[in-house]
Amino acid sequence: MKFEIDDVTVYFPYDNIYPEQYSYMVELKRALDVKGHCLLEMPTGTGKTIALLSLITSYVLSKPNSPLKLLYCTRTVHEMEKTLAELRLLHEYQLRHLGPAARILALGLSSRKNLCINSRVLTAENRDSVDAGCRKLTASWVRALAAENPSVPSCEFFEQYERAGSSAVLPPGVYTLQDLRVFGKEKGWCPYYLARHMVQFANVVVYSYQYLLDPKVAGIISKEMQKESVVVFDEAHNIDNVCIEALSVSVRRQTIEGARRNLTRMRQEIDKFKATDAGRLRAEYNRLVEGLALRGDLPATDAWLANPALPDDILKEAVPGNIRRAEHFIHVLRRLVQYLEGRLDTENVEKESPVSFVVSVLNHAGIDQKSLKFCYDRLHSLMMTLEITDTDEFLHIQTICDFATLIGTYARGFSVIIEPFDERMPHIPDPVLQLCCHDASLAIKPVFERFQSVVITSGTLSPIDLYPRLLNFNPVVSRSFTMSLTRDCICPMVLTRGSDQLPVSTKFDMRSDLGVVRNYGRLLLEMSSVVPDGIVCFFVSYSYMDGIVNTWNENGILKEIMQHKLVFIETQDVVETTLALDNYRKACDCGRGAIFFSVARGKVAEGIDFDRHYGRLVIMFGVPFQYTLSKILLARLEYLRDTFQIKEGDFLTFDALRQAAQCVGRVIRSKADYGMMIFADKRYSRHDKRSKLPSWILSHLHDAHLNLSTDMALHIAREFLRKMAQPYDKTGGTGKKTLLSQEDLQKMVISGMDDMMF
Amino acid sequence: MSSGQVVKRVKYKATVKDPGTSGVLKLTQEKFVFKPNDPTSNNKLDVEFRFIKSHKHTKEGSGKPPWLNLTHAQGSYIFELDSFADLHVCRELVGIALSKHVQGEATKVISEEQLSSAEMTLRIKLLQEDSKLQRLHKELVASGKLTESEFWATKKKLLDQDESRKLKQRIGFKNSLIFDTKPMSDGRINQVKFQLTPEIKYQIFTLKPAVHQAFLNFVPSKMNEVDFWNKYFKAEYLHSTKNAVAAAAEAAEDEDLAVFLKDDEILEIEARKKVRRVDPTLDMEADQGDDYTHLPDHGIFRDGSKEISEAQNSLYKRTLLQDLNRQGAVVLEGKTLDMEMENPRTVAEILARRKQESDEVVGDEERRNRISKMTPIEDLQSQDDHRYAPLCIKDPRDYFDFQQANAVKTLDDSQPGMEQMMCSLGSEEAYGSLRASISKIQTTGLRDPLFSPEVALKVLHGLTKNISSSKYHLGKTSQESVLDILPNTTKEKLLDHWVCSQELLRHYWSSYPVTTQNLVNKTRRLKDSISQIYSKLEEIKVSAQSDLRHQVSLVVHPMQQALDAALLHYDADIRKRNARGSKSNGYV
Repeated sequence: MKFEIDDVTVYFPYDNIYPEQYSYMVELKRALDVKGHCLLEMPTGTGKTIALLSLITSYVLSKPNSPLKLLYCTRTVHEMEKTLAELRLLHEYQLRHLGPAARILALGLSSRKNLCINSRVLTAENRDSVDAGCRKLTASWVRALAAENPSVPSCEFFEQYERAGSSAVLPPGVYTLQDLRVFGKEKGWCPYYLARHMVQFANVVVYSYQYLLDPKVAGIISKEMQKESVVVFDEAHNIDNVCIEALSVSVRRQTIEGARRNLTRMRQEIDKFKATDAGRLRAEYNRLVEGLALRGDLPATDAWLANPALPDDILKEAVPGNIRRAEHFIHVLRRLVQYLEGRLDTENVEKESPVSFVVSVLNHAGIDQKSLKFCYDRLHSLMMTLEITDTDEFLHIQTICDFATLIGTYARGFSVIIEPFDERMPHIPDPVLQLCCHDASLAIKPVFERFQSVVITSGTLSPIDLYPRLLNFNPVVSRSFTMSLTRDCICPMVLTRGSDQLPVSTKFDMRSDLGVVRNYGRLLLEMSSVVPDGIVCFFVSYSYMDGIVNTWNENGILKEIMQHKLVFIETQDVVETTLALDNYRKACDCGRGAIFFSVARGKVAEGIDFDRHYGRLVIMFGVPFQYTLSKILLARLEYLRDTFQIKEGDFLTFDALRQAAQCVGRVIRSKADYGMMIFADKRYSRHDKRSKLPSWILSHLHDAHLNLSTDMALHIAREFLRKMAQPYDKTGGTGKKTLLSQEDLQKMVISGMDDMMF
Repeated sequence: MSSGQVVKRVKYKATVKDPGTSGVLKLTQEKFVFKPNDPTSNNKLDVEFRFIKSHKHTKEGSGKPPWLNLTHAQGSYIFELDSFADLHVCRELVGIALSKHVQGEATKVISEEQLSSAEMTLRIKLLQEDSKLQRLHKELVASGKLTESEFWATKKKLLDQDESRKLKQRIGFKNSLIFDTKPMSDGRINQVKFQLTPEIKYQIFTLKPAVHQAFLNFVPSKMNEVDFWNKYFKAEYLHSTKNAVAAAAEAAEDEDLAVFLKDDEILEIEARKKVRRVDPTLDMEADQGDDYTHLPDHGIFRDGSKEISEAQNSLYKRTLLQDLNRQGAVVLEGKTLDMEMENPRTVAEILARRKQESDEVVGDEERRNRISKMTPIEDLQSQDDHRYAPLCIKDPRDYFDFQQANAVKTLDDSQPGMEQMMCSLGSEEAYGSLRASISKIQTTGLRDPLFSPEVALKVLHGLTKNISSSKYHLGKTSQESVLDILPNTTKEKLLDHWVCSQELLRHYWSSYPVTTQNLVNKTRRLKDSISQIYSKLEEIKVSAQSDLRHQVSLVVHPMQQALDAALLHYDADIRKRNARGSKSNGYV
C-alpha cells in the first residue's frame, strides 16, 4: 500500500497496516525532520522492523537531493539476515511501483569468518584464526612477496578483486551475507573486501552493534560513514550492556603468560630485523618522532583492530620518547606485565579507581600515564613494522595494551577490580584483574555526536525515561506504544503457587527446595499435556537449569514430560544449541510438539523468535536477577547511584524485568498469532516488580491472573486455547480498527489524527 | 460309484444332428475320456471337468433318447447313452465332479488374484480375532454358499485398513531416555545385571554413533558381545558418577573404555555438517564469528552472567542436557529401518549402510527459501480469497448442510450427462449448487423414485405399529428389546440368521444386474441359501412357545420380508430374462 505522511509518500509492502505501525512511522518521521534522536518502544510482533525500513527508505526516496544513509544495527547475525530479508521484500515492492528510481544498494556486513569463500582460510576453527589466515594471504608485504615469488601462497579471490580495481562494484540490490558469498564466488572476488568497500556507497548497511559501538571495530569500519545517516539500534533494550562491554578488559593468568610469549617473540623479530634490515626500524622511529603513530592510509588488508579508546579521546600528538624505540617499548611492556602479574597475586578482592591504579603503575613500574595511553598505537605500529601476520597469536599482548590504553585514557566511569577467585567456586584459584566500564554513555557518545539521527527501538524499553539517563542523550521523540489487539491474543499470567498451593520462587533461599522444584516440574508437565505444538521455558541461569533438569530427571517428572513432547535444551555450545533449535522447529512443524529449555540473558532469549506454533506458551521460571554478589555489578550500581541517582534496587528490578519481558515477548509476531505467558514466581505478584513490565503486557494482565496456582493456570490455559482456535475478524470488526487498509488510512488522515487510538 | 469311476458305452455327437461316433466313455471325478471304437476316428476326447461349465440331460419319457450334454466354453459335448439308468449313473457322477470343480474354481480365482501369503495370514488373523466373522465365514464359505473371494470382496475395508496401517506408519522410538537403563541387582553379591533387548541396543546405536562404530570395529574380532556391553555400561556408570577426573583416569588406562567416555566425534562432525543447512535465522554459530567483543579477555568477565566451566577434563564430561538434545533429534529422525532386530551385528551393519545413503546435502537454495518464507507478516497481507470455507462449527447444522452439498456434488459427478461441478466449493457455491439441484428436481422430478409413496407409507405403518405394540408389551425399560425376553437359544439362532441373511442379501443385491455367467451361478446359489434360511426362520417361528410366538414373528417378519423381496426379485428377473429370450446386449 501507499500513503502519505505529510510530504512523504510511504511505500509499505503489505496491503494492510497496523495502526500502531502508522503512528510509529509518524513519530519516526518527526525525529528525522528535526534531525534528532528518538527512543521508541513498540511491542514485539507489531512489525517494527518493516515499519522502520519502509519509512526511512521512503523518506530517502522523497528527498533525492539529500541522500540519507541508513545504518541498521542488529545484535546478531541471524537478525541481520531477517532484516535483510524484510528489506528485500520492501525493495521489490518499491521497484514495482517506482521503477528503477527506487533502486538502492543494501548489504549486510560481518566478519571474515562469515563472508570468506576461500576454502583454505575457512578451515580454521574460530574467527581470529580466520582473520589471521586471511591476513597471511593478503597482507601487503605478503602480496609483494607473492608477486615476486609465485610459490608464496596468496588468495586468488582477493587478487582478482584487486585486479578488477574500481570496476569491482556490487550492482544495486539487497544482499544478505549469503548473497554476498554467492556473488563473490560467481565473480571470483573476495566478498569480505568487496562488502567493506561497498559500505561507503551503500544506501542501507546492516551490521552488528559492535561495528558502531566498539571503538576497536568502529575505528576501521565505520569511520568513513557520513554524518547524514540514520542509525537504528533494533532490539536495543540491552544496549547499555553492549556499551559497557565494549570498553571493558580483563587480564588473567593466561593473558600474562601469553603476553610474555608474545614479547619474547617480538624481541626475536626485532633482533632479526636489526641484523638484516635495520633501516626499517629506523624509519619507524623517525615516523614516530614526527608524531604519526601510523603511516597514514594503510591498505585495507593491513588494518588491524583500532584503538580501544574513543576517537575523541585519542591524542593527536607524538608518541612519547621513552617508547619510540622498539626495544624500549618492549621493555616498558615487560615491566607492565610484571606489575600486573604482581597485582594478580592477591588474596583479597581489591577495588581501585583508574587514577590510583595509574599512580601505582608509575610508582612501581615507572610507566607514566601518557605512555600507557599510547601503548596500543605503538604496539600496532610495531606489529606492522615487524610484518607480523599471525595476529591471532598476539591477542594476549594486544589485550594488555588495550588495558593500558584504556586505563591511561579514562579517569572516571571505570574501576579496576581484582578478584582472586570466583565467589561461587572459592576452592579454585582463578585470579582476574578487570577494568570494567560503568558508564554506558561513554561508548555511545560518539555515535550520538556524529550522526544526525539515532533511533533506539525495542519491544521492551520500560521505563522509557531511564534510557536517556543511562545513555546520556536527549531524544526529541520518546514514546511507548501499546498494542491494539483484535482479540486478546496474549494471555500473561502470574503463577505464585504450585499444585500443592505452596509458593514457588527462585529466591535464593527457596531455589533448591525440592517442593519448589517439583511444583515447577508439575506445572510444566500439566501444561505440556494441554498446550499444542511448542512450549518455551526460560530459567534464570544455566546452572539453575542444569540443576533443575537433573532433579526432574531423577524424580521421574522429566520422563513424564517427555511422553507428551520432545525436549530440547540450550547449552553453552552454540553449534549444539543451533541444532537443537532446528530440531525444535521441525518437531513443531510436524506436529510432534516440543519443549525448549532456555536461559534468560542467554543467546536464545536474545534473538530467536518463537512465533506462531513455535511458541504457544512461554514459562518464565523465576525472576532473572543478575548475580547480585558480583563485584562488578556492585561497582556499577554504586556508580549509577552516585552519578545518575538511580537506586540499586530499582536498577536491579528494571534489569530483571526487561529480561523477563524480552523472554516472554518472543512468542508474538503478529496480531494473528497468539500465545500465553506464565511468570512463575511469587515475586511477580508484587506491584513494584510487576509495574516494571512493558505496558503492552500489563494491559493484558488481568487482576484475576495475578495470583494463580497450577490448577487455575491450567484451567485458564484450556479456555484461552479454545477461544483462540476460533476464527475471527482480522480487521477488528465494528469497534476500533486494528488493521487498516489504504482506504481506512485515508479516511483517518482526513478526519484528523486526533481520534487516533493511542 | 464309490470307486468314483464309471465306464459306459456311448455315442458321441458333436452336434444334435450328428449321427454320432460309438465308443466308450470313462468318467472319473477329475475328467472324462471318450475312446471311439474305431481307432482311426479322430473324435477322441480327454477333457478335464474344470473346463465344463454345466451339464444337461434329457428327461425320461420326453421321447428323446438318453442324452447327456456337457457344456463348455465353445459348445457342448453330447453323449447318447444306452439307457436312462446309465444316464442317471453318469449324471450323478458329473454332478459331483462339477460341484467339486466349483470349489476348485474358487481357489482358482484366488490364485488369479495372486494372494500373497501375507494377505492370507491377514485374513486368518482377522477371522481369529473376530469370532462372529469366523462363524459367518464358516456358515457361508465352508458350505459353499459363497466363494472365498466373494466373501472377502465385501470385507475389503477390513483388509485395507490393516494394510494401510501396516504400510504407512512406522513405529518410532519411544521418547524416553535409555541412557539410564536401570540395572538390576539381587542385593547379595556385588554385581549388577542389565537387561538388554534388541530394541535398546538399536536405540543405543542410533543415539551414539561412536558406540556403533566401536561395535563394528571390536565385535567379534577383538572382544565378544557381552564384553562389549560390559565395557559400555561401565563407561555409563562412570558418567553417572559425574566424576570427570575418575573418568579421565579410567580412560587413560583402558583405551577401549576411552571410546565410550570421550565425546562422540562422529556426532560432532555430523553436527558441523548439519549446522550449514540450518535456517540462517537460527544460526547462532554465525554470531560467534561476528561479535567482536567476544575477543578473549574483552568485555565483562566475571559479573555472574557468564557461567563457570571447568576447562580440564571437559572431554570426559557429557551432560544430561546433551543427552536430551540427542534423544530429541533421534526421535525426530525416526527409525530408519523396519525389521526384527535379532542380531545386533547385522543391525549395526544395516544402520551403517543407511547412514551413507541418507547423506545428501540440501543446497543453499533451500536455506534461502526457508528464510524468505518466514519473513512476511501473515495478517498484513491482503486476504487472498480462500476457496474453502473455513472450518468453523458454530452451529453443527451448518456443518452438516455443508457436507450435504459436497455429497450432492459427488452424486452429480458420478452420474454421467450432468454438468461437471467445480471441484472445490465455497459456502456460496455450495448453496448455489444445492439450490440448482433442488430446482432441477422440482422441474424434472427425481429420475427413479426409489419407492412408490404407497409402499413407503405401508412400511412406515408397519414399523410404527410394531414399535408401538412391542413397546406396549415390554413396558418400562427402554434398553430392553424384544430379543431379551426370548430364550437364549432362540435368540442366538435368530441373531445368527439375521447376520447370515444380511450378508447373503448384501451379496445378492450387489450381484445385480447379472451380466456374466459367474453372476448367474452366484445368484442361483444365493437364492438357494436364502430360501433355506427362509424356511429355517419359519421353523423358529413355528417352534416358538405360544406366548412368545407373537414376539418372535414380529422379529422374524421383517427379516422374512427382506428375504421375500429377494426371492421375488429373483423369480421376476428369471421370468424377464426368459421372456426376452435372446441373449443380446452381453447379458447371459
